[in-house]
Amino acid sequence: MNQINHYDVLIAGAGVTGGLLARELTRYRLSVCVLEKENDVAMGASKANSGIIHGGFDPEPGTLKAKLNAKGVPMLYETLRELHVPHKNNGSLVLAFGKEEEKTLALLLERGQKNGVPDLRLLSGDEARALEPNLSSEVTGALLAPSAGIVSPYELAIAAIGNAMDNGATLLRNFAVTAIEKTDRFTVTAADGRQVTGRYFVNCAGGFADRIAEMAGDGFFTILPRAGEYLLLDKAEGAAVSHTIFQVPTKNGKGVLVTPTADGNLLLGPTAVPVDDPADTATTAPGLETVATLARKSVPSVNTRNVITSFAGVRASEKGGDFILRASEKIPGLVHAAAIDSPGLSSCVAIARYVVNILKEQGLILTENPDFNPIREDVHAFRHMNDRERDGYIKANPAYGRIICRCETVSEGEIVDALHRNPPALDVDGVKRRTRSGMGRCQGGFCAPYVMRLIARETGLPMQKITKKGGASRMLTEEE
Amino acid sequence: MPEFDIVVVGGGPAGMAAAVAAYDRGVTNIAVLDREEALGGILKQCIHNGFGLHKLGRELTGPEYAAVYEEQVINRGITVFYETMVTAVSKEKIVTAQNASGVLKFKAKAVVLAMGCRERSRGALNISGTRPAGVYSAGTAQKLMNCEGFAVGKRAVILGSGDIGLIMARRLSLEGAKVEAVCEIMPYSGGLTRNIVQCLEDYGIPLYLSTTVAEIHGRERVEGVTIAKVDENRRVIEETKQYIPCDTLLLSVGLIPENELTRGAGIPIDSVTNGAVVDEHRQTAVPGIFACGNVLQVHDLVDYVSDEAEIAGIGAADFVLQQSQTAANLPTKAGFGVRYVLPQRVSQDTSKDLDLFLRVTQPFGKVRFTVRSGDTVLATAVRLKAAPGEMEKLTIKNAALSQATDALTVELEELA
Repeated sequence: MNQINHYDVLIAGAGVTGGLLARELTRYRLSVCVLEKENDVAMGASKANSGIIHGGFDPEPGTLKAKLNAKGVPMLYETLRELHVPHKNNGSLVLAFGKEEEKTLALLLERGQKNGVPDLRLLSGDEARALEPNLSSEVTGALLAPSAGIVSPYELAIAAIGNAMDNGATLLRNFAVTAIEKTDRFTVTAADGRQVTGRYFVNCAGGFADRIAEMAGDGFFTILPRAGEYLLLDKAEGAAVSHTIFQVPTKNGKGVLVTPTADGNLLLGPTAVPVDDPADTATTAPGLETVATLARKSVPSVNTRNVITSFAGVRASEKGGDFILRASEKIPGLVHAAAIDSPGLSSCVAIARYVVNILKEQGLILTENPDFNPIREDVHAFRHMNDRERDGYIKANPAYGRIICRCETVSEGEIVDALHRNPPALDVDGVKRRTRSGMGRCQGGFCAPYVMRLIARETGLPMQKITKKGGASRMLTEEE
Repeated sequence: MPEFDIVVVGGGPAGMAAAVAAYDRGVTNIAVLDREEALGGILKQCIHNGFGLHKLGRELTGPEYAAVYEEQVINRGITVFYETMVTAVSKEKIVTAQNASGVLKFKAKAVVLAMGCRERSRGALNISGTRPAGVYSAGTAQKLMNCEGFAVGKRAVILGSGDIGLIMARRLSLEGAKVEAVCEIMPYSGGLTRNIVQCLEDYGIPLYLSTTVAEIHGRERVEGVTIAKVDENRRVIEETKQYIPCDTLLLSVGLIPENELTRGAGIPIDSVTNGAVVDEHRQTAVPGIFACGNVLQVHDLVDYVSDEAEIAGIGAADFVLQQSQTAANLPTKAGFGVRYVLPQRVSQDTSKDLDLFLRVTQPFGKVRFTVRSGDTVLATAVRLKAAPGEMEKLTIKNAALSQATDALTVELEELA
């Protein structure tokens, strides 16, 4: 007979929203369990997005987005420092091409001031080019938001859930929720028959949040997934711009951004295309071409010959256009944190605290956890160390001396860490997201066999059972 | 800081041959640094035969060919650092590396760069569709099969008809997998003719020219690919799209010299070869730093890698021994029908003949190559056919070289 575990709070979805919420809840004496349908955390909208910390001038005043974005930015920076997640406060520029678009900039400025975004400033085209010499000569004006930044969204989700686990939270993977029953408690059943119960249930299921709401008997909204395609360029292009470069939203769409990433690459994208399935992350030839063309409008010198990979992510949007953060009107103890599209990443800590407050209003008792440790130790990334620091690490642990991924200088020691520290990587892509092994210019050509060997050695999994990303994504064929 | 006369970066075929040649020239204080646990580089996973016919006069497998040179390295007592990854080379010829013992720094009088090349990845091709397991570069699949002993798939499509792709088509067939097709975006194959015959035709595997993989299908593991014909601008022709079910897509779409260390040392790179600009000793623009093998230019045959590495090894030894060298002040240029010429600059050292290496821009029938300096013809050579996949070598006699006054231009004319 399977043992059923009981928790105070169940969270469906191990993305940025669920991860930060789990971490906030472990500040209190609560048992928390995160349910994730995939083989790893951050596999949905949190995996593939622009990774931008928005200043907060975009959302309409009065919305939850307006309220939580600007307020959430300093909270996020603090959290990123505590969790040692790579990020940079690089500032952003919205570009205007001509008088019409300059009017939009003025509008954004006004909106931003209402939303409490600090230090916004309008620049002339020449002032913008003085900051960013590679900008198009057609740029006539720009809005500078110094508080904006860049962060790796999946590294944030991994770190947040890891820190929550270090503080006592449980993560259950491959837990695809198939039934939610509410009596005095929520009993949640997975596709494989596992069950857990909880007094409270928070729906952080991203693209699948409407299905979870429906299963819980409170289906009042519909997620309208919108795919966005991206091109990622070699680090050789990473210095093309230092700010995140937006275009003003036009009637033809929101435009494409050009930004350095927190890891030093250059990112172009996204498109915005409605899709039927929130898991439809296929790229398309026209989509990628659109990205390249629009990016060159802002920064004509962008060299797409240096593309190292392309990908797509799906936003969990909803027709209302705002975040859905509220207790269910029908099911006591059920809370939704849904429709978290842009600026969800920028707002994630503010969202988590907002949801904690809703839970409190719903009767959850918050007693401080004196053992809570907000710090997640830094990942010992070799690529950030100088020779002396590297030497020290290798002397203490020779596995740091063996380089597995030569493009990104990732050592065996880092990969072994990723396979053991919370939340442990279970597959090849999981190692990649935690260590950057396979993320460089050869895209795993050299290191994949070594990474597979290390996964086999450290987890005891036979080579033939190692997957790229869980499920049926086997790397090798089994002998018949 | 430990000092060596010569530090060789990379212990593959190029690094081994360079070290041996330098030793035999009279410089014995040599270190070879390699990231793997054994010498041989990529040869270790090339278990097929066909190596050594030109250089050694016998037909060997990759590991056997490597063993010939490995024995020469070991017998000479050349120092080898295994599982040691070089992270930087400076203009001052300080080589920084790391291994399980820590970070190491070596001072060298001369450095030979022999890091080899990497495969172009799916990402660089921008193939649209999903990103499932089962998409491998051909060399990665080769390593998993030949070194690790695992099957990568049962039903494969191969994109790119470079030699590794062709060899892997045969390898998969021998292991019982079905290779549905080899697709080549160009109207001709970039592989050696002998490989097309022995690896595709002998196994009944179709080669589709002017064809590419337009889309990858399958969320978890590859379920199929859409292939399509391309027009003369390599654009997909929509109405020719065709779905092929398969569980594996192998990519053999080109090799890129691994020149991150070279760039780090501030050495100028040729935008056509993607390797360093060198003189006839394979010396880069930084005196005392030499380059050879696939890090300098991608070769068709390992035999020619060894030849080139010997030139670099001797050049490095002569540099250490302070043999006077004539300044390399004559540039070489690619004329009609020629994609590049290596070395990119030469000296007028008339003590010996000069070999130029080059590739043509497209397949030709019978051609005549001409090397000119100004109006003076320094050499001509006739070939019955020429193809981009086969490197050409032209020799300029020392007597002719003395007549050179200006840049050496190589061009071809088609003969009826």
